[in-house]
Parts: sequence; structure tokens; C-alpha cells
Amino acid sequence: MPYGQLKDTAFEIYIHIPFCIKKCLYCDFLSAPASGEAVGRYVDALIKEIKAAGKQSGGRVSSVFVGGGTPTVLSEAHLTAIFDALHASFRLEEGAEITVEANPGTLTAGKARALKEAGVNRLSLGLQSVFLKDLRMLGRIHTFEDFLISLDHAQNAGFRNINADLMFALPGQTRKEWEQCLLRTAALPLTHISAYSLILEENTPLYRNHPPLPPEDDEYAMYEDTNDILSACGFTQYEISNYARNGFPCRHNLGYWKRVPYLGLGLGASSLWQETRYKNTSDMPSYLENAQAPLRLQQEKEYLTRRDAMSESMFLGLRLTQGVSKKAFQKDYGIAPEVIYAPIIKKYTETGLLNNQETHLSLTRKGIHVSNTIMAEFLL
Amino acid sequence: MTDQSKIRNFCIIAHIDHGKSTLADRIIEKTGLLTEREMQDQILDNMELERERGITIKSQAVRVVYKARNGEEYIFNLIDTPGHVDFNYEVSRSLAACDGAILVVDAAQGIEAQTLANVYLALDNDLDVFPVINKIDLPSAQPERVINEIEDIIGIEAQDAPRISAKTGLNIEDVLEQVVERIPAPKGDPKAPLKALIFDSVYDSYKGVIVFCRLMDGTVRKGTNIKMMATGFTAEVVEVGYFGAGQFIPCEELSAGMVGYLTASIKNVRDTRVGDTVTDKNRPCAEALPGYKKVNPMVYCGLYPADGARYGDLRDALEKLQLNDASLFYEPETSVALGFGFRCGFLGLLHLEIIQERLEREYNLDLVTTAPSVIYKVHKTNGEVIDLTNPTNLPDPSEIEYMEEPIVKAEIMVTTEFVGSIMELCQERRGQYQGMEYMEETRAMLRYRLPLNEIIYDFFDALKSRSRGYASLDYELDGYERSDLVKLDILVNKEEVDALSFIVFGGSAYERGRKMCEKLKDEIPRQMFEIPIQAAIGSKIIARETVKALRKDVLAKCYGGDISRKKKLLEKQKEGKKRMRQVGNVEIPQKAFMSVLKLDEN
Repeated sequence: MPYGQLKDTAFEIYIHIPFCIKKCLYCDFLSAPASGEAVGRYVDALIKEIKAAGKQSGGRVSSVFVGGGTPTVLSEAHLTAIFDALHASFRLEEGAEITVEANPGTLTAGKARALKEAGVNRLSLGLQSVFLKDLRMLGRIHTFEDFLISLDHAQNAGFRNINADLMFALPGQTRKEWEQCLLRTAALPLTHISAYSLILEENTPLYRNHPPLPPEDDEYAMYEDTNDILSACGFTQYEISNYARNGFPCRHNLGYWKRVPYLGLGLGASSLWQETRYKNTSDMPSYLENAQAPLRLQQEKEYLTRRDAMSESMFLGLRLTQGVSKKAFQKDYGIAPEVIYAPIIKKYTETGLLNNQETHLSLTRKGIHVSNTIMAEFLL
Repeated sequence: MTDQSKIRNFCIIAHIDHGKSTLADRIIEKTGLLTEREMQDQILDNMELERERGITIKSQAVRVVYKARNGEEYIFNLIDTPGHVDFNYEVSRSLAACDGAILVVDAAQGIEAQTLANVYLALDNDLDVFPVINKIDLPSAQPERVINEIEDIIGIEAQDAPRISAKTGLNIEDVLEQVVERIPAPKGDPKAPLKALIFDSVYDSYKGVIVFCRLMDGTVRKGTNIKMMATGFTAEVVEVGYFGAGQFIPCEELSAGMVGYLTASIKNVRDTRVGDTVTDKNRPCAEALPGYKKVNPMVYCGLYPADGARYGDLRDALEKLQLNDASLFYEPETSVALGFGFRCGFLGLLHLEIIQERLEREYNLDLVTTAPSVIYKVHKTNGEVIDLTNPTNLPDPSEIEYMEEPIVKAEIMVTTEFVGSIMELCQERRGQYQGMEYMEETRAMLRYRLPLNEIIYDFFDALKSRSRGYASLDYELDGYERSDLVKLDILVNKEEVDALSFIVFGGSAYERGRKMCEKLKDEIPRQMFEIPIQAAIGSKIIARETVKALRKDVLAKCYGGDISRKKKLLEKQKEGKKRMRQVGNVEIPQKAFMSVLKLDEN
């Protein structure tokens, strides 16, 4: 989207549900165990915010993503109410991708049906590992069998576009185990697999206390194995950590990497709106009090200059296997990326970390492994 | 005119932390020049840095009025002296401006190497010294033991020594009375030709250089045409005065026996060298006061701005510091690795550290410092001798006949239980044992001749750590000696990093090279390719390490589109890169240049 163009653009919506049954040991995200009353107050506030935001923003919605936390800890009634408000307040494009994150053990048959009826057409299930020892170590509340049951509910409710999240480079994990994990997951009726290497965040219990992590060379190999195994099973990598069957990349996520505007609703949700990035407050009492007036929720506002936006286009776009489209960059900023980034492009092309093709700039396989180092250099 | 018999010019000598500054504060307080409210904690140490380090860098003076028990009023000129071996010469000139000295000894710790050195310096300058036992309020105080020690070791009478607590103010009057009784009044003829000793000078942006002096003979007043006998500089006096606490108080004239200051629109402290004699240009004295010498830097290092764009700021800051510090030397130099900077000369390591800290703190500069070096004398085959201050400038080995390095005479005072480990340390550092004396049953004074270059690395730290902090050191330069010296170069990714080259004793080269490589391996972050780090003498590689190539550096999930968080991480990474120096293809953190200064850690 050309820099600064504000009107007539489709945008995305992210809705945050900051509750789960129990926080995982590696999680440093905004979520907390839910109590019935608190959940009720939050959903009321969220609906107020949805309605208020809908009045303020015209335009079409190309995708919706409900994430958490664990959105499926909400009751069927709550889930339905949220989607009712959403449909009433925003103009969703026909065929818009609508995803809900669900954790095994919380997706009942009833909830799956309710979501389907609410217009949800994609589910993202947090599996992380097929091995119980890994799930226990991570503090997950479910087993692989729980996942299979949830998947079954999803399919019975009519879902055909389903993602599973996996994690590798787990403490104590071997290459062989990861290979098993991939093969068993890829054999399931899924359209999409996300495979993230575990990042131990400070301030998490796992950071403070965990078995030894696999050596770096193993982690490197596991990443390569992921691509080999999944592509053999019919999944194509389209982003650093994401693999999809033909035609099923997550459109919502692609939007993030291509700087499609998005509106974040709910506690602590991030937005990119009119070349400004901001976040809703992370303070629950303040959210509950001000939800009907979304402007009051906005924090950490950062207006993006053209240079900021260009930097973002590069470091976000390079996450995609396809890379950054030179034509799109030229169209958005009126200048070719080779002009601005000539020395960096030269340096990394020569060292075999960057592909400078006719239409796109992308990371090589070698480059993906050290993507941070390269992306940092594209910041203007 | 002030009655000479009512003047007392004295200083306080003490080991670091034995309470010199606190006693000075009490003296100022008890003489009633200031109310308690006006008292800063330590008036003489008015530089912030000095206070934090607990030492005095620049000597200063204060004039107070004391009404003695005999009913008479006395003028006390208390001259403060720096307490570190780096400033030995300044100490000796400050002492020369006095007629007597108070020796402060800590009642718990007793005499230290520095104490002895300063007492001998005072006795050399014919000062009358009387001891004061401080910190008698400490539970560990052993005044009797310390008194015996003073009598045995220094040989001055100490039974009458006031036993005080400068901290609480206990028995300070006894000290003041003893100043009157035991320190002689100055002598000198006010009508003789002017003869004044410069013991310090500071630069003031309004008055120019303010010269601190002690008048030995004659009188000086506004309009006197003065001449500095060593530098030959002449000027007309604009103002004379004495030292209030923290301020300059102008007066009519200064005459023989008095301590005060003069200004004469002097632009540069280099014209008013400490130790020089001020005389009347029109009526000069017959000969200058003895003891003047031009102090030369002993230790050199390169100072570079971390941000190359601040080269001009660094130059301005050095210029300003030099206004007040004639012993600071600097000249521009260029390094392939570090860009534009300065080769700076210092009196010693402490002086170096102080200047470095002042540049960083007062001038807000981020600095990269190269390894300190002494001055080597390089005798070339063509008969030429060069003073080498920067290892990079070492001529080709084929042109070198031989090299000499500076040697110091060191005295180390240590409790007997650590004698063995300190001797071992000195041996490791190529020390030549000169003897040992027992000061008392439990303490000994070790005498060594040591190469200065072995002292400037981390000798102090090693000394402290091997004696649990109890050893103290004093040293003075004792000439040059021929030595087997080599230049050790460090190659990063096959490229020589000039800023890391240094001169080292041939026998220690391998050890030092290996440690350098190990340290650099830890300091240089992994990059996209493997980086060999090598230590070399000439073309011969003597040690090597490898920084493995970076394999993994990926940020995973962007939770719920929180791009800002990811961007911040990337920005941090980019910031880190900015603090790197590019040498060939390799980025070397500035920290790495400094880390090699302390190789013997842990």
C-alpha cells in the first residue's frame, strides 16, 4: 500500500482474549488464568470497544484473527456475542479469512459448532509437540490425544482450514524426536503448520529452570529438517516459521508482513493504523473503564515516517520466502530498494545470504538462519 | 605587614584513607573560618571525582586564623598534597612550600608504604614532622602499637602525638596547639629580592592562570614585573591574595613567609611550572630555588572517541584539561582500527584513569583507550635513538640494534604472611630482589627493581588480590635498562589491528599473546564467517583462537502483530553494531580494545 494512503484500503482485525486455563511455562504474553466474573466483564468491555471502533473506521475488513491467551476458554455464548458485535460493526469482505486460536482441551464440539456458525472459517490449534514429556516440560495442559479429539471436533463442525503450532529446539529434544513430531503432525488433516524455535523469554519460569537446550548445530539442523520433511509431506514454506498446503497460507499473517493496516481490539492489542503503531492499554481496570472510547486506550503511539515504513517493509518482507517485491516497494515509496540499500544488498549478496532476483529481494536458506543480523541492517 | 612569627605553613601527610582530608576539614572548622553549615563534607577535595575516589588529585591550600591557648592569633596556611605515587613531584613541591608537616597515621592500620615515602620526602625537604594518631574511635585501634611503630620505623618522637578522631572531632585542639608549638615560623627577608616557589597553578577563565606560591624572600604586589626563572616567562602582576576556604581573597601584598596566589593574565599553565621560582624581573634574586624539574609523562596510551564524529569534542576537552594540568600531554594520532584520536602522556596509571574519567564524566565523551605503554628507548643500527611511545611506530627489526626500557625502584610494604606470594608476583614481573626489612614482627618492606612496563598493566590489582588488600606500593623511576623486547601484533581475520599492538618482554610474549587471543575470542561476537584471531611477532604466529561463525540468529513469533517489540529488538542489535569498530570485514566491539588491558582477571 503506498505510504500515507489512508482511504479505501482493506484492513485486518486482531482481537485479543487475555485468558487461559493455566499459563504455560514459556509464555511471556499477556494472559492470565480466567475467573468467570472477570471474563464476563472483559467480554462486555470488548464488545463495547468493537462497536465504538466500528463507528470510527469505515472500509472493508479482509481478515480477522482472534488470539490469546486461549480464546476458546470463553463460553459459546461469549464467543457468539463477540462475533455478532463484529459482524454488526464492521463490513467484512466476502470470503474474509476469520481465524480463532484454540487450545486442545478447550475446544468442545459445541464451541466448534458455535464458531463455525459465527462465520469462523479457520482454526489455529496449539499442539507444540506430540510427546508428553515435551508438553509437560512446557507446562501445557493437554496431551497429543486431546489435540486429536479437538481436531476431530473441528472437522465435524465443518472446518477445513486448520493450522497446528509446533515448537522445536526444546530443552532435551533430539533431532529424531523433532522428525517424529513433524511426520506425525503432517499426517493429520491440516492445511497449515507453524514451527517456531523456542525462545526462552526472561521472566518466564522456563527461562529460570529448564533442561539443557539442544546444541546450536542441532537447532540449525532441526530448522533444515522442518523444511525437508514438511515439503515432502506437501507443505510449502512461505515465511520463516510458516508452512502451508497449496492455497492455504494465512492471509492475516501475510498482512502483517506486507504492512496491511490492522486494528487491534482488546487488552494490550497492537494496531497499525494510518501509519501509526500503537497498543491498547495492558492494564485491565483501565481497559474495562475506557473500552467504549478506544482512543483513550491507545498507548506507545509511534508515528511512522516514510523511512520507518521503508525499514519495516524490508525487515518484515524479508520474513517471507518470496521476499520483498521490488515493484511493490517502488510503488509504495517511489524509490527502488536497490537505490536505498545498495551497500547492504551488495554485502549480503556477495556473502550468499541474500538473493537479489529480478523481481524480489529475499533471504537465502543460509541467510534465514541469521535473519536478525541482516534485518537489523535494513533499519534506516 | 603580617608578623612572620605568627605564621605556620604546613601540610598533612598520610596514606590514602588514613583521614587526611577529614582532619583538614576539622582544622578549618575548629579555626572558625566557616560555620558548620557552610562546611561541605570535605572542603579541600572540591572535585567531585576526588571525593568519589577518596583521594586528592590537585594540591590546594587554605588560610585560616587560629586563636591559640596563649591568646595569640596565628595564621595557618594548610597546603594539601596529592597522595599518590603518580604525583610524587607535585607532592615534593608542595612540601617544599611548607615549614612543617602533620603525619596522620591510622590507629588500626599503622604505617604504610606511602606514609613512609611521604615522610622521607618531608624530611628531605627539612620539614619538622609531628605525628597524629587518627581513628582512635575504631574498635580495632591500637594507638600504642602504632606509636611504637612510628618511633621504631621513622625515628620521630611520638609519645606526645595527639590521639584523635578526625571523624568525630575528638582532640582536634591538641593538633592545633602542636601546630603552633612544633612547626617553626617561616623565615625570609621581605626586603630581599623576590623569591617565590610555585607549588601549583589552576586556570581560571576570567583571571587566566592563578599561580599558587610560597614566598621565600621579598614581596610581591599588583604591578610587580615577575619572571619565571626556569621558563623565562615574564608578566605584570594583576592581583595577589590568599586562600579562603574554596575562594580567592585578594590582598595588598604577599611577603616573605606567606603563602598565597598571584595572577598576571597568564594564558597557559605551561608557563607556570610547578617547582619554578618566581622573581622580580627588575630585581632578580641571585639563584633559583633548588628542586625544579620538568615533569615528563611516564605512561602513554591512545585515546579515541567512540563516536568518530566527536573527535573535535575530544580535542577541545583535552585542551581544556591541559589548561589545569601541565603534566598532561597529547598529540593527534591515527589508527587504522580506531580512526582519529590522540596519543596522550600521563604521570602514571592513576593519572591516566583520572583524565579518562574526567573526559567521560565532565565532557560526556565515550572513549576507547588502547593499552598503556611506557617510553622505550630504541637504539637503531644507524646510531639514532628514538623514544617510542606508540608501539605502532616501532621501526623494522632489521633497523634495531637494541632496546631499553624504564626501570623503577619499588618498595612494597606487606604483612609477613603474604611476603611469599608478593615475592612470587614480583618475580613473575621480572623483578630484581633488592632486599627486605622487617618493620616489626608482622610486617616487612620488600625492595625490588621492576620494569615499569610490568607495573602499568595490572600490577596494583594483582598486588591487592594476592595480599587481600594489605600490600602497599611506592616506586620511583630508576633509569633505563637494556632488555629483550618484542612487538606483539594481533591479527583479526588475518588483518593486523594496530590499536592492539604492544611491546612486551620476549619471555612473556607467548603467555601474553595467548591470553590476548583468548580474551578477544570472548569479546568479539560471532559473525557471518569464521574469524581467526592470531598473535604474532613479526611474521611468526605464536598463538591463535577462532571465533566460530554465527549460525543462528532468528526471531520467531510476532505475537498478535506486535511489530514494535520486534523492531525494538532489531534496533538494539543495530545500536550494538554502532559501537563496533570495523576492521576489514570484522566488527570488533569497543569493549574488546579495553578488555585486553586486564588480562589477569579471575
